Amino acid sequence: MNRGHRHGAGSGCLGTMEVKSKFGAEFRRFSLERSKPGKFEEFYGLLQHVHKIPNVDVLVGYADIHGDLLPINNDDNYHKAVSTANPLLRIFIQKKEEADYSAFGTDTLIKKKNVLTNVLRPDNHRKKPHIVISLPQDFRPVSSIIDVDILPETHRRVRLYKYGTEKPLGFYIRDGSSVRVTPHGLEKVPGIFISRLVPGGLAQSTGLLAVNDEVLEVNGIEVSGKSLDQVTDMMIANSRNLIITVRPANQRNNVVRNSRTSGSSGQSTDNSLLGCPQQMEPSLEPEEEDSDDEDIVIEDNGVPQQIPRAVPNTESLESLTQIELNFESGQNGFLPSNEVSLAPVASGPSTEFETRAPDQKLLEEDGTIITL
Amino acid sequence: MMKFRFRRQGADPQREKLKQELFAFNKTVEHGFPNQPSALAFDPELRIMAIGTRSGAVKIYGAPGVEFTGLHRDTTTVTQMHFLPGQGRLLTLLDDSSLHLWEILHHDGCAHLEEALSFQPPSRPGFDGASGPPSLTRVTVVLLVAAGDMAALGTEGGSVFFLDVPTLTLLEGQTLGPDEVLRSVPDDYRCGKALGPVEALEGHLRDPTKILIGYSRGLLVIWNQAAQCADHIFLGNQQLESLCWERSGSTLVSSHSDGSYAIWSADTGSSPTTQPMVATTPYEFDQPQALAVLLEEELVVLDLQTPGWPAVPAPYLAPLHSSAITCSAHVANVPAKLWARIVSAGEQQSPQPASTALSWPITGGRNLAQEPSQRGLLLTGHEDGTVRFWDASGVALRPLYKLSTAGLFQTDCEHADSLAQAAEDDWPPFRKVGCFDPYSDDPRLGVQKVVLCKYTAQMVVAGTAGQVLVLELSDVPSEQAVSVSSVDLLQDREGFTWKGHERLSPRTGPLPWPTGFQPRVLVQCLPPAAVTAVTLHAEWSLVAFGTSHGFGLFDYQRKCPVLARCTLHPNDSLAMEGPLSRVKSLKKSLRQSFRRIRKSRVSGKKRAANANSKLQEANAQLAEQACPHDVEMTPVQRRIEPRSADDSLSGVVRCLYFADTFLRDAAHHGPTMWAGTNSGSVFAYALEVPTAVAGGEKRPERAVEAVLGKEVQLMHRAPVVAIAVLDGRGRPLPEPYEASRDLAQAPDMQGGHAVLIASEEQFKVFTLPKVSAKTKFKLTAHEGCRVRKVALATFASVACEDYAETCLACLTNLGDVHVFSVPGLRPQVHYSCIRKEDISGIASCVFTRHGQGFYLISPSEFERFSLSARNITEPLCSLDISWPGDAARASYGLRESPKLSQANGTPGIVLAPRSHDGSPSPVRSMGTDTPQPPEATLSPMSIDSATSADTTLDTTGDVTVEDVTDFLGSSEESEKNLRNLAEDEARACAILIK
Repeated sequence: MNRGHRHGAGSGCLGTMEVKSKFGAEFRRFSLERSKPGKFEEFYGLLQHVHKIPNVDVLVGYADIHGDLLPINNDDNYHKAVSTANPLLRIFIQKKEEADYSAFGTDTLIKKKNVLTNVLRPDNHRKKPHIVISLPQDFRPVSSIIDVDILPETHRRVRLYKYGTEKPLGFYIRDGSSVRVTPHGLEKVPGIFISRLVPGGLAQSTGLLAVNDEVLEVNGIEVSGKSLDQVTDMMIANSRNLIITVRPANQRNNVVRNSRTSGSSGQSTDNSLLGCPQQMEPSLEPEEEDSDDEDIVIEDNGVPQQIPRAVPNTESLESLTQIELNFESGQNGFLPSNEVSLAPVASGPSTEFETRAPDQKLLEEDGTIITL
Repeated sequence: MMKFRFRRQGADPQREKLKQELFAFNKTVEHGFPNQPSALAFDPELRIMAIGTRSGAVKIYGAPGVEFTGLHRDTTTVTQMHFLPGQGRLLTLLDDSSLHLWEILHHDGCAHLEEALSFQPPSRPGFDGASGPPSLTRVTVVLLVAAGDMAALGTEGGSVFFLDVPTLTLLEGQTLGPDEVLRSVPDDYRCGKALGPVEALEGHLRDPTKILIGYSRGLLVIWNQAAQCADHIFLGNQQLESLCWERSGSTLVSSHSDGSYAIWSADTGSSPTTQPMVATTPYEFDQPQALAVLLEEELVVLDLQTPGWPAVPAPYLAPLHSSAITCSAHVANVPAKLWARIVSAGEQQSPQPASTALSWPITGGRNLAQEPSQRGLLLTGHEDGTVRFWDASGVALRPLYKLSTAGLFQTDCEHADSLAQAAEDDWPPFRKVGCFDPYSDDPRLGVQKVVLCKYTAQMVVAGTAGQVLVLELSDVPSEQAVSVSSVDLLQDREGFTWKGHERLSPRTGPLPWPTGFQPRVLVQCLPPAAVTAVTLHAEWSLVAFGTSHGFGLFDYQRKCPVLARCTLHPNDSLAMEGPLSRVKSLKKSLRQSFRRIRKSRVSGKKRAANANSKLQEANAQLAEQACPHDVEMTPVQRRIEPRSADDSLSGVVRCLYFADTFLRDAAHHGPTMWAGTNSGSVFAYALEVPTAVAGGEKRPERAVEAVLGKEVQLMHRAPVVAIAVLDGRGRPLPEPYEASRDLAQAPDMQGGHAVLIASEEQFKVFTLPKVSAKTKFKLTAHEGCRVRKVALATFASVACEDYAETCLACLTNLGDVHVFSVPGLRPQVHYSCIRKEDISGIASCVFTRHGQGFYLISPSEFERFSLSARNITEPLCSLDISWPGDAARASYGLRESPKLSQANGTPGIVLAPRSHDGSPSPVRSMGTDTPQPPEATLSPMSIDSATSADTTLDTTGDVTVEDVTDFLGSSEESEKNLRNLAEDEARACAILIK
C-alpha cells in the first residue's frame, strides 16, 4: 500500500535496487525488485541466507536518508526502507543477544555519526547505560504533530494512532476555564482540559500531550460550547484516528515553524486564532480519509473481510485485510506529517486491564434499560 | 484532499426553501392527565373546566378537542382558580399569593389562553393589619363578587381586601381589618386573642353587598360591603374549616376541624344548632347533573342523574399512567375495519349501563380542527402487563381498548378480586371508581415491546420475563388453550447461570378470553431476561425476539422455533445478573401515595411549609459548607478509552428487522432477518419461507429455514439502534402485506437494495447483496451526541400536495431531534426537543410514520410534537365569550403564554356550581341568553346535557371534601361514594356540574 506514496527513486535503476548488507565485519551485496520487495519475513530469510546465518536471531536495521539507523522488523518499515532507499539500501545486522538498542533512534541528525560509529564499532565503550524499553517486536507510528504550518504557534495538533485494543488511549479530560482575548477584552471562558495521563498509556507515551493542556478541537471540530460528555463521546467515536488540537500548558516546547512543507494530513481545519472565534462548521461530507473505521463483514460464515467502500477507491486494501483486522489501512507506513515519533508498543497483558474497566456511564445512559 | 472540507451545508437556496416546506418543529399538544394537579374550576356558562398544577400550569378543557394551556411565569403551585362566568376569563391564585388573570382571546378565529394581568399583594405593613413579616400577607381565600368585577381576598393575617378584577388593582379604603371586626365582638369572646386567618369567604346569592367571612378561630361575620358594617356576628368556638351559605341566605353551615359542623340561622344571629344533627340537605341543587372529582392522578366524573352514580368515561384527560408506562408504539393509518373492531372490543370491555343518559358534561367551545385525515393508534405497554390502545388521531387522546396479558400467567398475588369481594361486607360499602392503580401484581408481567400488524390484526406483546405473546383480534369471546414453547437463547454456552427472576408460569388448559386480542402462542425465552427487541412478519407468520443473551425466530403458524442464537460475549458476566431493578417506578408510586396527608390549612400547613423551606435552605447551606471538607475538590473527569468488545451487556439485542431483499446474490431476493446488538454486530439471515399458494392466506405446512448470510461488525462497536432496507430508489421497504395488498407502492426490486444501519454513533448505508459502505454520517464524531431513537418518516410538503420525502428522524441523548436525508444521510434540520436531563422523556420518545412524535413529560402526560410542516395535530378551537370586555383591554394579553412543560399538583377545592332558584339575581344576571356553543361530543347522547345548560350556575367558595359528603348526604349511596373518594384521595377537588 505504500507503493502509491513512494518517493521517486533518483537513480537510473528503475526495476532493481542495490542492497548492501553488513553483519559483523562481512558485507553482502545483492539486489531487490523495487516494485516487489515482498514481505519482511522473506527479506529476513534472504538476509540469513546471504550471510549464511540461518538459525541466528538478528536485528535488522537500515540507514535512512538522514543517516539515522532505523529498525526493520515488519512489513511496514521494510517497505518504507525499500521505498526511501536512494539509491542504495544499507542494511546493518546485529545478533539479537548482542544488540544495542540505543543505537536506533530518530533524533540523530547531529549524532548520526556517533550512532553509526557505535554500531559499526561495537567495541566502542558505552558512555551510559541506556534505558531498555522492551524488545522491539514491532514499530509503527504512534503519534504525530500535524498541520504545523496552518496552526498558530501556540497550538498543537496531535494525531494518535490507535491499534487494536492492546493499548488504551490513556488520558482523562475535565471541565475548566481559560482566559481568551476577545473583542471585549479578556474573558474567562469554559474549556476542556486534559486532567490526567494514564501511566503507560498511548497519550503519555507520545509525550505530545500533558496534563492541563486545553483541548480546542477533536478531529477538526471545535469543542467550545460542548459539554464534557459530548467531548468524551466525540473522542471515543474518533478513537481509532484521534486528532486533537490542544493549547499546551507548557508553551516552551512548541514546534518552531521552519518550512512550508505541506501538512497534508487531511484534517486541516484551521483553528480560530485567539480573539476571533469564528464558527467553523465542519464539513459533513463523507470524508475521504475515512479508513479509520472499516467495518468487517463475514459472508456465509467465511473469512472476515473489511467492508470496502462502494465508490471506487484507488487504494488497494486487499493485502492487509486478511491478516490484520484492526489495522488502519489509511496511514500505515507513510506519514504525511512534519514529525513522527516512533515508540515501541508494549504489547501483552500488562496494560490490557485498562480497556476492561466497566463502563458505568454506558449502563446509566442506556435508553433500553430505563424504567419509565 | 481538502476540497470539500469547508463546504457548508445548505448552500443551495432551493433546497433551503424545500426544507422549509417539509420540516417545522412544533410542540403541539399534551395528552393525558396533568401531573400533580392542584386546583379545579368550572365555568357553568361556558361549560369549560380548568385544572391548575403545582408547576404553575393552567389547562382549560371544554368539548373534546377544545383545550387551552397556559403557564405562569413562576413554577408555583396554583392553589385556587375562579372563572369569571361566561367571560372566558380565569382568576388564579398561586402559592406565592400572587393573583393572575387569564383570558381566552381569539386570534385568526382560533382561541388562545393568555395571561392578561397579574397582581402581587404588597407586603408593606398595613396591608395585612398587623405589620408582620411578608409571609403574613398570604392570601388564603378568594371570592368573586359582583359578577366577577370585584374579588375579596382573605389573608392569613385576618384581613379582607377588595380587588378590582378588570384592572387587578387594590380598592384602597375598603379593606376590612381584623381590628374592625373585633370591635363588634364581645370582650369575653375576644380574650385578647387574634381572630386567626380568614378561612372562608362566601357571597350572598341574592345580595352581592353581603359577604360571609369565617375566621380560623371560629368567628363568622356577615359583612355588609355597602354599609361597611357587620350585619351579624356568630361566635363560633371551634376551629373553622369551611363555610356554606344556604341559597335563601337565611341559614349558614360551618364545618370544623374536629369533623363537626354547625348550622346557624342568619336572620337571628342567635346561637347555632350544633351537632349532632342529621343533615337535611342544607344545599339545594336543582337536579345536579354530574360531580367531577379531581384526584391527584385522575379526574372522575360521576353521573348523578343515574341511580348508582356510574362514572362517566372522559373523552380526554386519560390517566395514561394508571399503571406505569413501560413502552409505547404508534401505528399510523389504521385501516377503518381494524379500527372499528378495536373500538367494538373496547366498548364490550366497559359496557355502559343502558340507563346512563349522560355523556361527557363538559362541552364548552368548538373544535375547529379538521377531522383527522387518518386514524392513528398509540399503544402503551404497562408495568402490570396491560397494553392500552389510544385514539391518537386528534388532540384528545381517547382510550379505546385495554389488553391484559396477566390472565395467561399464574402470578404471586391474585388477591385483587377477593379483596374487592371482601369489601362488600364492610361498612361503609365503598365502591372503587376511577382506574388509577399503580400496583403491579408481578413486575415480570411488565410489557417491554409491542408490535401490531394493522392488516392482519395480529400482535406481539413481549415482556420482562422473556415472554413473547402472539395475539390475534377476535370479535367473539372464546375459550382455548394457548400453545406454549420455550427457546433457549444461551444455546450451548456453558458456565452461565441466570441469577435473575424466574420465568412466568403459564396457566394450562383452556382459558376464557373476552372479545379482543386473544393469545395464540406464548414463547418464553430462556434465560427469562427482559425482551429487548421484537418484530413481527404476519405475512410469513414469523416473530423474532431478542434479549440480553441472544435472539430467536419463531414460526407461529407451525408453532415451532426456527432459530436461536446466543450473542453473549464470553467475558460478559453482567448479562447474568438479571434486569436492573425494576421496582423503581413501583416504589415511586408507593411513595407518592403515602405522601398525601392533608393538613388543615389553619393548623399551619403554610407555616409548616415555610418552616420546611427554611430548614431546607439551612440544610443546603450546610451541605455547601460541608462540601470542601468532605471531598477534595476534584473536578469531574472523563476517561478517554475506546469501546472494547468485552464491555458488559454487549450481547443485548437492540433491534430486529424482516425484509424481502437481496442477501445472497443480486439476482434473487427473498425473506431475510436482521439482528443488531449492543456491541455493533449485525447478523443477517436468509430465510426459506414456503410461499403461499396463490390466493391462499396461509403458507403450506413446511418448515421455515434460516441460514446465516452475513455478519457485519461495526468497527466503532456502538450499539445498533435500527436496521432498515432501502429499495432500488432509496426508499424504505413497505411493511408486510402493504405491497402484496396494493396498499403501498411496490418496492423497486430492480435496482440495488441497500441496508441502513443506525448505531448509537453513526448512520451507514451499505449496498446489498455485496456489503460495501455507500454513505455514512458520523454523528457522535461530529456532534458529540449519541443516537437514542431513530425512525424513518415520510415528510409531506406544505407547498405541493403530492411531494414527500422519506427521511431519517433521530433523537439524541441530548434531547435534540435531527433529520437526515435518505439514503444520502445529509443533515437537514435539527431542533432541541427534550431537556437532556430528562432521561425518561428521551427514553419514552416514539416517532410516527409521518413526522410526529410523542414523549412523556411526566408519568401521566405525553407531549406530542411535530417535525413535519404539514402534518401537525394541535388544538384549534373557539369559545363564544360574552363578557363585555372593551376592545382596548383585549390587547393587554397579546403576549404568547409560554408553552407548558410540566405540571404539578396539590390540594384542591370543591366547587359546587348550583343554580339560583328561579329568582333573578344581580350577581348572575347574564347567561340565560348566552348562545350555547354547538357541542362536539363523542357520544350521540349528548343532547340531554346541552338542554339543561340554559339555567345559570353559580360557583361557591371553598368547601372541603368532608362537606361534600355532607351536603350530598341525602343519598346513602352518594355518601359512601364520596367518603370513599375523600379517604382514598384525601386532597381531591370536585366540581358539581349542573
